[in-house]
Amino acid sequence: MCLAIPGLIESIYVQDNINMAKVNFGGVKRATCLAYVPHAKAGDYVLVHVGFALSVINEQEAQSTLKVLKDIGELDEI
Amino acid sequence: MKYLDEYRDSTLAEQLSQRIHKATKHNWTIMEVCGGQTHSILQYGLEDLLPETIELLHGPGCPVCVTPLELIDKAVAIASRQDVIFCSFGDMLRVPGSQNDLLGVKAQGFDVRIVYSPLDCLAIAKNNPDKQVVFFAVGFETTAPANAMSVRQAKTLGLGNFSILTSHVTVPPVITSILQSVDNRVQAFLGPGHVCSVMGWKQYEAISNHYKIPIVITGFEPTDLLEGILRCVLQLEAGEYKVENQYARAVEKEGNKVARTVVEEVFDVSDRMWRGLGSIPKSGYKLSYDYADFDAERIFQLETISAEEPAICISGQILRGLKKPHECPAFANMCTPETPLGATMVSSEGTCAAYYKYGRIGQTK
Ligand code: SF4
Repeated sequence: MCLAIPGLIESIYVQDNINMAKVNFGGVKRATCLAYVPHAKAGDYVLVHVGFALSVINEQEAQSTLKVLKDIGELDEI
Repeated sequence: MKYLDEYRDSTLAEQLSQRIHKATKHNWTIMEVCGGQTHSILQYGLEDLLPETIELLHGPGCPVCVTPLELIDKAVAIASRQDVIFCSFGDMLRVPGSQNDLLGVKAQGFDVRIVYSPLDCLAIAKNNPDKQVVFFAVGFETTAPANAMSVRQAKTLGLGNFSILTSHVTVPPVITSILQSVDNRVQAFLGPGHVCSVMGWKQYEAISNHYKIPIVITGFEPTDLLEGILRCVLQLEAGEYKVENQYARAVEKEGNKVARTVVEEVFDVSDRMWRGLGSIPKSGYKLSYDYADFDAERIFQLETISAEEPAICISGQILRGLKKPHECPAFANMCTPETPLGATMVSSEGTCAAYYKYGRIGQTK
C-alpha cells in the first residue's frame, strides 16, 4: 500500500481550488493532486501515491545514483 | 517510465551482488521495514543474490496486515448499512473480519466501492447527498497526506455527509518497539523510502544514535534494495551506525513540508493497536479536535466487538523478524491468501503472502 510510482505530468488544471494534473504512467493517464508539490510543472516526473504527488523526482540525484552503481561495477573489473 | 529500466538492470544488480559478497565478512541480519520492499525482494529473488551469511528479516510495514481485526469488523458493520456508501482502497476488501469481509458485504448488495484516491470520495459525497459516504483511511505516513487532504477539502466544501474510519500507523514507534524487545534480532534497517518522502529522515537519526544501529533509507527497485543492503553491510563491518539516504532521487532530509503541515493540522498522534503486535504508544494518527466531526467511529457509535486471532498464528513474531513463514504449522495448508488466518497472509505485501506467492514454501533462509 505504501508503493508510490513515478509518472509524467502532462498538463495542470485547477479543481475545487486545488492544483491537479493529468499524469501519464507509461500510457495510463490518471488525475493526480499536486497540492503537495506546488513547484511541479508539466514535463516533471513525480512520485504518485493514491492519487497524490508526494515528490518531484530529482533527475540529478537519479543520475548520480546510477553513476555510483555503474562505478561499483567498474571497480570490480579492475 | 523514466529510470525504471535502469534501476532494474540485471547487470548492475549482479555487480552489486558481487560487491556485497566481497564486503561481507560476518553474519548479519537486516530488516526491510516496508511491505513493498519485502514484495520486491521476493519478486526479484534478491535473497538468492546475497551471501548465506546475510539474513533479511521482513518487517511490519504493511498497513493492510496490521489493521486490527476489530477495525475490520467496524468497517463491515458500517458498510452493512443501507444509508452508507463505503469506500476503500481495493486491498482492504478481502481482509477477513471475524464474520465477514467487505467483499462479502458488497456481494450482499450493499454499496461498497473501491476508490483510487480518497479525493474520489468527495465527488461521491457531493453526488449522493442522501447517503453517508465513509472512507476506510488505512495506511502509513505515505497515505496520511492524501487522507488528510480529503478531510480538509470536505470541511472547506462543507460536505456534511463524508467521514473516515481511521487506522493510521507510523513507522518510527514500531521500529523502536522492535529494538526495545529483549529478543530483538535486527542489526540494521532498510528504511522505508516512500514514508520518508513525506516525513523525511530526521526522526531516524535519533533512533540510529540511541540504538547504535545503521539505517539506510532505501527505494523499491532491485538495485535500490541491493545498494541499501550493501550500505548496511559496509556500516556493520566497519562498526559504524548512521542514517544514509540511498533514495535521494525521491527523498529529502526534511521530507515534504507542505504535506507534513496538512497532516499535522488534520491528525493528532495517538496510541494504536497493531494486528499481531498489540498496542504501541504514539504509533498512529487520529483526527484532531477541529476535524472530529469527520470521524466515522463517532458518527456511527459502534459497540466494541472483541475479535480473537487464531492461536496457531505466529504473525506477531514474523512481524518482529523472529520467525519465518515456514515455521508456522498453518503456512500454505490451513492458511493461504484465499483463506488467511493472520496478519501477514492478508495482503500481498504481507510476508506470509509474499512467501506463498513466490513459491518460497519450503524456504528455510
Ligand atoms: S501462515 Fe498464516 S497462520 Fe501462519 S503466521 Fe502466517 S498468517 Fe499466521
